[in-house]
Amino acid sequence: MERRAAAEGLSSATLPEARRPAAPRGLSDRSFRTILGVLAAALPLMEAVVLVELLQGSLPALRTFGWHFLVGRTWDPVAEVFGALPFIIGTLLTSAVALVLAVPIAIGTAILLVEYATGWVREGLGFLVELLAAIPSIVYGLWGMVVVAPLMRAHVDPFIEASPLGWLPIFGRPLLGLSLLTAGVVLAIMILPIVASVAREALLMVPSEQREAGLALGLTRWETTRRVLLPYARAGVFSAIILGLGRAMGETMAVTMLVGNTPAVTLDLFQPGYSMSAVIANEFSEATTTLHVSSLFGVGLLLFLLSLVVNSMARMLLRGLSHAGTR
Amino acid sequence: MKHVLPLTLLFAACGEPTPPGQMSEKPPAPATTAESTKSGGKALNGAGASFPYPLLSKWSAVYHDDKGVQINYQSIGSGGGQKAILDKTVAFAGSDAPLPQDKWDLAQADGGIVHVPETLGAVVPVVHLPGVESLRLTGPVLAGIYRGTVTKWNDPAIAGLNPGIALPDHDIVVAHRSDGSGTTYVFTGYLAKVDPEWASAVGRDTSVNWPVGVGGKGNEGVSGVVSGNEDAIGYVELAYAALNHLQMVQLQNHDGNWVSPTMEGVSAAAAAAPDLPAGPASWTAVDITDEPGAQTWPIASFTYLLFYQDMGKAQGKRLSREDAEATLRFAWWAVHDGQQYGPALQYPALPAAVVTLDEQTLKGITWNGEPLLKD
Amino acid sequence: MGLRSRLRLLGDRLMLGACALALLIALVPLASILFKVVVQGAPALSWTFLTSLPRPPDETSGGFANAIVGTVLVVGLTALIGVPLGVGAGVYLAEYGDGLFGRTVRFLAEVLAGLPSIVAGIVGYSLVVVTTGHFSALAGGVALTFLFVPMTAITTQEALKMVPRTTREASLALGLGQASTAMRVALPSALGGVLTGIMLSVARVAGETAPLLFTAFNNSFWPTGPGQPTATLPVQIFVYAISPFESWRQQAWGGALMLLLLVLITNVAGRLFWARRRRFMQGH
Repeated sequence: MERRAAAEGLSSATLPEARRPAAPRGLSDRSFRTILGVLAAALPLMEAVVLVELLQGSLPALRTFGWHFLVGRTWDPVAEVFGALPFIIGTLLTSAVALVLAVPIAIGTAILLVEYATGWVREGLGFLVELLAAIPSIVYGLWGMVVVAPLMRAHVDPFIEASPLGWLPIFGRPLLGLSLLTAGVVLAIMILPIVASVAREALLMVPSEQREAGLALGLTRWETTRRVLLPYARAGVFSAIILGLGRAMGETMAVTMLVGNTPAVTLDLFQPGYSMSAVIANEFSEATTTLHVSSLFGVGLLLFLLSLVVNSMARMLLRGLSHAGTR
Repeated sequence: MKHVLPLTLLFAACGEPTPPGQMSEKPPAPATTAESTKSGGKALNGAGASFPYPLLSKWSAVYHDDKGVQINYQSIGSGGGQKAILDKTVAFAGSDAPLPQDKWDLAQADGGIVHVPETLGAVVPVVHLPGVESLRLTGPVLAGIYRGTVTKWNDPAIAGLNPGIALPDHDIVVAHRSDGSGTTYVFTGYLAKVDPEWASAVGRDTSVNWPVGVGGKGNEGVSGVVSGNEDAIGYVELAYAALNHLQMVQLQNHDGNWVSPTMEGVSAAAAAAPDLPAGPASWTAVDITDEPGAQTWPIASFTYLLFYQDMGKAQGKRLSREDAEATLRFAWWAVHDGQQYGPALQYPALPAAVVTLDEQTLKGITWNGEPLLKD
Repeated sequence: MGLRSRLRLLGDRLMLGACALALLIALVPLASILFKVVVQGAPALSWTFLTSLPRPPDETSGGFANAIVGTVLVVGLTALIGVPLGVGAGVYLAEYGDGLFGRTVRFLAEVLAGLPSIVAGIVGYSLVVVTTGHFSALAGGVALTFLFVPMTAITTQEALKMVPRTTREASLALGLGQASTAMRVALPSALGGVLTGIMLSVARVAGETAPLLFTAFNNSFWPTGPGQPTATLPVQIFVYAISPFESWRQQAWGGALMLLLLVLITNVAGRLFWARRRRFMQGH
């Protein structure tokens, strides 16, 4: 399938500019680059459109509340006082829970499928995992409400509470099944297929020479995976995680059905909370006053900015890892 | 914004004929002076509250089977509907709450918007208390529960209303709506009316800053919390409570009687309502909760269809005169013949006085100054 | 065998076990959800369901036919706009992505990948619905494109990046230019990954409700083209699922199952098609 070549690591994504003397065959390099550049420019354009839209919409709220919008804890549509802190915290907590739970499982799944499973088993199981991505978020929400939340309330939450983990401040007193934790758990399941599939693709593309070289040097399969393959596929795995994080932060429907929708500023995962996407989804269609609608736009803008910050940090982390690592 | 030209070119190519194999699509009625025609299967769009959606879908189906006119009403929320009509992206809107003052003022620039109540709704408190036959609560006590001042089921305030019933010494699990909704608007309106503390501390709106409780999304979210947790209380639409056999609460109405939610009780609230404003006036203050009457259910409300007072002036660029007239004919049909389909779907019928009011309003709607409905 | 070797082998076995456990953990919720969807949805799937327009809750002859067609229409529009943009951007990033423009585009794609679906809907509303004056399937397609393109661009880039450098160099050495190398050598080689990315994006946008609420709206009747509102599976599922009527809720599950099947079929068909083409291109 793949074209084999001598074993060599991949170091950069770009090639030296090709110098061709004669008439080009097919598309010329220049026009190729231009066309692609134009297509790629769609992304900054879309970004700009979203930003403009969000800014325009949130201006009234920002003008009214200023910095207080970011740190205010009260969200009162009647008194028209809007502060977004509870939602920021909720988004960060649920996304963190989702990543912490999903990433190890997703990568473990990907490794298993690529390294240890073969042929139709690999294809079939991989396919099943991708199927999870096809389930509409509302179905996740309904399933979460009917299956996961009662399970959490009846068994999982008390179990965690009773275990040594219960001493941590993030696990306070378990209440109902609707909580930051439950939402995080279902989010983890939702982002699992994305992270697993993309990580699997990244691992699949590692040339077999790398594996063979590792094994030839006497490493066990696991050691080969850990020391040769994962670093090689690092960028792809990182992308997988970023995509998963993006989905987790932006997920709307399932979260609103499971998180308890209570604007509380809390670190206790057992408590009902709220998230930025959830409050927008819940209140946008019904918000009637200009300030309310504008505040929701403001939350959208904050989510956008938060995404920028988180992604920048992740990028810096990756760069740091690259420099410190073997490559 | 900036993409109008290419988009309009794209749309010039639209308007294909209806696909083959379409069932029950009768050919459009022949053009008469009163009846309008539908060409190419294009529907008249209305958007708004999800509460009346099942009824409107019934009306749409019957009206289409009968007259071949496509009325496409979809639920995107009362706020969404209000926005859509102010943006003129729909022919009419549906809203559980009347237009708030600032939007009402905005609409004046286009000649104003009229309110046409087309059916009624009710909100019912529901509980999950095994072993308790029929719980009784008053408005003020209900407000106390939702304000967090009454925290246990065996609180004297509740026990006093329910002598002979053993109430558990457990914390009350309070559930409310997280999504903005007309149901919340009506419920908080009732609480504000019967409890001045509530009115000043929390107020009435489609979304409020709830002092206590957990937020469920939609009626099913609230009912999910209630059925999933003992000692829970929540509030849902009447249809939801009735069709899903939830444990309903009896309330004490304005006359002092203990009543269960019934459709007659809701219609009675509408009938007892003091003078309703004329269609084109502002309906911001209208509230039919806690109305007098022996069997009146205290938490009742209208739900409204919204039209522009002068559809030609406001929507002339987007809507044809025939379409506007067809929309009004549908509304006329809905408040008359359409009412018979309500009870089967748990929608109480409008009292005669309100129908008369609606007739006046509909007849008063104009197209560039001329009334649209001629008969 | 020394102790050290034994420990290493043990470690190997343990990690294999851990990965297997991970897979199991991943499959348990999948099984649970699929089970629920199938058990609840299968009874609703009937000929009537697949071919009829929606009917009011007190009638039994209703169906999701227009929603099925509508989803195909809207997702088709999204793919039509989104695949060229996403794959094109991905190829650009893989070939020329080290420059300032390239790095910026990549960063922006990652940020945009986290866009909440409802914001995409709001943008679609302002861009298309307000300017054209009515809801439409096209507006829905545009809104979903905002979710589709970033994800596709990132996955395409990653797939292309993993093509071995030596392969590209061999191609260049044979006299093919960068453009031809990319299109005829790298892209076919990475096709599996690119396709997976597209499928994931399709699956994701096919199931999104929030962006469609204010754009494609919904329709009790047949869609008459991209310029009119249309029913779609996620919206119809949503509206029916939150209603008080059991008959409608039943149909909502049927719709969920239908959506799953649709994505499955698209997935399988897409892979089969490209597998065949790849074999053809490789001269099998």
